[in-house]
Amino acid sequence: MSVGTGLGKRPRTSAQPEMPGQSELRNRKRMSRTVKYVFLILFLVIVLMPVYVLIVTSLKPPQDVNPATSWGLPVRWPWEPALEGGPTGFDNWALAWNALSASIGRTFLLAIPAALISSFLGAMNGFVLARWRFPYADIVFTVILFGMFIPYQAIMTPLVQMKTSLGLPSDISTLLIVHVIYGLPICTLIFRNYYAGIPHELMEASRMDGAGMLRTFGSIVLPLSLPGFVVTIIWQFTSAWNDFLFALFLSNQNDGPVSLSLNNLAQGAQLANYGAAMAGALLASLPTLIVYIVLGKYFIGGLMSGSVKS
Amino acid sequence: MKKGYKNWGPPLLLVSPTIIVIGIFVYGLIGANVAVSFSNRNSLVPATEFVGLDNYFALFAEERFIHSLQNLGVFTVFFIAGTMIFGFLWAWMLDKGVTAEGVFRSVFLFPMAISFVASGVVWRWLLNSAEGDRASGLNRIFENLGLGFLQNSWWNEPGWGMAAIALPAIWQLAGYVMALFLSGFRGIPEELREAARMDGATEWKLYRYVIFPQLSPVALSALIIVGHMSLKVFDLIMAITKSIYQTEVPATYLWVALTANDYAKSATIATILLLFVAVLIVPYLVYTARAERKQR
Repeated sequence: MSVGTGLGKRPRTSAQPEMPGQSELRNRKRMSRTVKYVFLILFLVIVLMPVYVLIVTSLKPPQDVNPATSWGLPVRWPWEPALEGGPTGFDNWALAWNALSASIGRTFLLAIPAALISSFLGAMNGFVLARWRFPYADIVFTVILFGMFIPYQAIMTPLVQMKTSLGLPSDISTLLIVHVIYGLPICTLIFRNYYAGIPHELMEASRMDGAGMLRTFGSIVLPLSLPGFVVTIIWQFTSAWNDFLFALFLSNQNDGPVSLSLNNLAQGAQLANYGAAMAGALLASLPTLIVYIVLGKYFIGGLMSGSVKS
Repeated sequence: MKKGYKNWGPPLLLVSPTIIVIGIFVYGLIGANVAVSFSNRNSLVPATEFVGLDNYFALFAEERFIHSLQNLGVFTVFFIAGTMIFGFLWAWMLDKGVTAEGVFRSVFLFPMAISFVASGVVWRWLLNSAEGDRASGLNRIFENLGLGFLQNSWWNEPGWGMAAIALPAIWQLAGYVMALFLSGFRGIPEELREAARMDGATEWKLYRYVIFPQLSPVALSALIIVGHMSLKVFDLIMAITKSIYQTEVPATYLWVALTANDYAKSATIATILLLFVAVLIVPYLVYTARAERKQR
């Protein structure tokens, strides 16, 4: 997907005399291009609006957060001295950091292993289901895939009971198990679609040489799998990081992931302090945003594999 | 495929951990959930009786549950329409390539990377129901622009208020639908466009008769994905409004029942939710599995 191809690069001047009507046609094209950009930029502004609000509000000291001026820039910026040593915009960030730093650390310990483990298992499954098949592999695949679509509420009541009866802790270790398990269907799907594109000859050659399944997977397929891993790791990291449902049902406030403590910060005792809540929302979103910005190129391809169409 | 377990034994063995785990945690727990929904476990005390479909009849006789279904319906209609329209529009505008396409694409897509809890923080403020002098968020913009008549109580209105909750959901996922459509557009071979142009098709006819028909599988995928997400909406509502009557959907009502230890009720709501999703997903999975087999 290249940037700036198409209309933008078409040479617009021509040495030959123009045919009648051609300049009118060209004007109309230029017109529709302008209209397109106007709309695109308008949409850009609308989509970025909430981000503006988050940043601006997080920089305002609490006493300046006033409905009437809520869209304006801060009257006093955080680095300007506060009135009578009162709070500044930086205090919002300090408050948010204090409320969230521990749970942000815990969420890394949850999201990174969850992404790695389910990706690896998904790669093995995808390889078998696409390339080293057994009877009824398609049915098995569909049965696994259904797990991706179920509303997790449909398993939550017995899962909560199961957790209690097994005596599992209400912290991220339980969540890690859960995220690995329920991440398996999507990782399997992405790798299966990815491996379906590997040339037949490669696999046949390996078989001819007498390599077994694990040998073929380890020395032929895995080295080719990096793009697949990038996609599943982005996907799983983001969904484990952003999960709220499992966190709410299975963990508790003091040992849970960042989604729980952010929700607590935003709705708890600090309700009046919008600035701190917005600073917290920005803090809690940074890791996934960074992953997304750094690896975003691969994201669209991954989204496509995420849909069932192969 | 060669015969004999030597050929299919090892691959089956490799997948078996996943099969077992999915068997227990997806199908086993769904079974357990259905079993609880047929019982009278309304408290921490284990169930003693099989009550058949009584819980289901009781639920559908409840005004509150019907209201939550209506809310879900309003949300789903606006959410699907919004994401499909904007997603398609953006992809269409970007299809032929524009200057700084990467910037537009990234901006439209980035809300997807953010959790509903985090975006709920800002949307709770944008959709604040106060009007006039106390207005903030969108109502404040309307007030400042002299469009005061557009001010409304957003999600605080128990009838159509759920349409307001669809706004942040559209904001988060329209970019996803755009990405799906964009890969669809880009997947159409250039020769096909050229051939149509050679035959004298105008740009509009090219889209109408060549490109749009090619996009229908992508549109179906997008519709299924967005549709099943809509039926499961939970985080966003909890983050913006908490669990209140005006914005109650089955998923949040389930949470209310579960925190009251009314296990039979939460399990019953869950089963109904699962049935909704299954009606949408199962035919789709069967259809794609069949289409693939034909290709082979």
